[in-house]
Amino acid sequence: MQALYAQLLVGLINGSFYALLSLGLAVIFGMLNIINFAHGALYMMGAFCAYFLLSLTGLGYWWALIVAPIVVGIFGMILERTMLKWLTGLDHLYGLLLTFGIALIIQGVFQNYFGSSGLPYSIPDQLRGGMNLGFMFLPIYRGWVVIFSLVVCLATWFLIEKTRLGAYLRAATENPTLVRAFGINVPRMITLTYGLGVGLAALAGVLSAPINQVRPLMGADLIIVVFAVVVIGGMGSIMGSIITGFALGVIEGLTKYFYPEASNTVVFVFMVLVLLVKPTGLTGRAA
Amino acid sequence: MAQAPAAVTATKPVLSVRNLEAWYGESHILHGIDFDVNAGEVVTLLGRNGAGKTTTLKSIMGIIGKRTGSIGFGGKEIIRASSDRIARMGIAFCPEERGIFASLDVRENLMLPPVVKQSGGLTLDQIFDLFPNLKERLKSQGTKLSGGEQQMLAIARILRTGATFLMLDEPTEGLAPVIIQQIGHTIARLKKEGFTILLVEQNFRFAATVADRYYIVEHGKIIDGFANSELQANMDKLHTYLGV
Repeated sequence: MQALYAQLLVGLINGSFYALLSLGLAVIFGMLNIINFAHGALYMMGAFCAYFLLSLTGLGYWWALIVAPIVVGIFGMILERTMLKWLTGLDHLYGLLLTFGIALIIQGVFQNYFGSSGLPYSIPDQLRGGMNLGFMFLPIYRGWVVIFSLVVCLATWFLIEKTRLGAYLRAATENPTLVRAFGINVPRMITLTYGLGVGLAALAGVLSAPINQVRPLMGADLIIVVFAVVVIGGMGSIMGSIITGFALGVIEGLTKYFYPEASNTVVFVFMVLVLLVKPTGLTGRAA
Repeated sequence: MAQAPAAVTATKPVLSVRNLEAWYGESHILHGIDFDVNAGEVVTLLGRNGAGKTTTLKSIMGIIGKRTGSIGFGGKEIIRASSDRIARMGIAFCPEERGIFASLDVRENLMLPPVVKQSGGLTLDQIFDLFPNLKERLKSQGTKLSGGEQQMLAIARILRTGATFLMLDEPTEGLAPVIIQQIGHTIARLKKEGFTILLVEQNFRFAATVADRYYIVEHGKIIDGFANSELQANMDKLHTYLGV
């Protein structure tokens, strides 16, 4: 039983990263109509940002949680302003190719300087150690990652579904021309939305650094699974991407316990099944 | 160039359009539109389908990408301005397709357009007074409303913003006579409140109940114009222009 709980916890942690990343992808897709393949590279940049903050300025984990999403978010906004905005109105394929190219360039630059091996990043003192829950031993940092991710996901959901700013976003997703004709600066809102989505990826990167180390290809490994999550959940659905992210993490964890051989492929099997039955994803809107 | 229609007042027009040309991609839609709207007037653009009435409104709103000529609003040239800037100068647009957002409930739809001028907008109470149906349906999804209610919502939401120049594109299209009557009352009431309204209509019987002046649009040009008092004298011409 101990092993089952341990795998469930690993599943929840992976699910946290899936949820944070697919949430950012969903937000970006809704507003920019771009499938952001650079997401994994920006997640990696978040982790590197934490690493640099610590090694160059001495600012630790808590600072990194705030600073890294802002720095990487600004980097993302520059990408949007200088490159992505020219893709408005073009086929999805162009956005996919451009962001894929951007991802390869970013990863290539980091690989050039840091190789492929991991750089260590330690757990902050306050979150070291563990708790005995009776039925299992819970490392505090891992519990923190799950809860903090959940809170950030729900806060993002609240922002988009329940606030005035979110109403602008949802409306602009439907009809940007009309929203602009009401006096809202839609191009600026698009840039900020990309910054938000990218910031969420960077935040996931910081959270992941103490668990998975900091590696140039950490995002490339993860992003393929995250895209499967997005396809299953349905492109553009906020709550759908959160729930699907956590659920698939857990399913992956359970598979690791019951049939480890399938644990790396179970998400993709799910994806195929969902695509066969409901091509727009479990919660997705028709394109 | 159209013959100059009788202006109701001698004041400087709040909107003056000169030699406006506009394109959708390669197709040239407007070929030099000229007209004026004075403060407090209801002016109606009449014309057949495809004459360029909607394109004229969209060009004024800055939604049509390629446009040339001159559009003066409140003394400022806005032909180059982006549509969000134009909206913030006090022009509000109610599109023909109404543009109610499906992912927003009625309250969110109503509150969506930001306030652009602190004075001049109606309060929520005044809006619910005009459109009592909306108050009861605030929690409904925007697109679950009936056609008439959606039209009222589309008008209601631009009354809050403080914009005093309203452009309504075929507000009566596809609606039942009793709703059309209600929209007529609303426009008359708005005029009394001091709003200036530029209306596009196919239904000139409806327009006749609210308009001060008319312009006839054909093939992307204004070909005629007259005041409401001259309507009877121009009936025959009007029938020819509109093909009714």
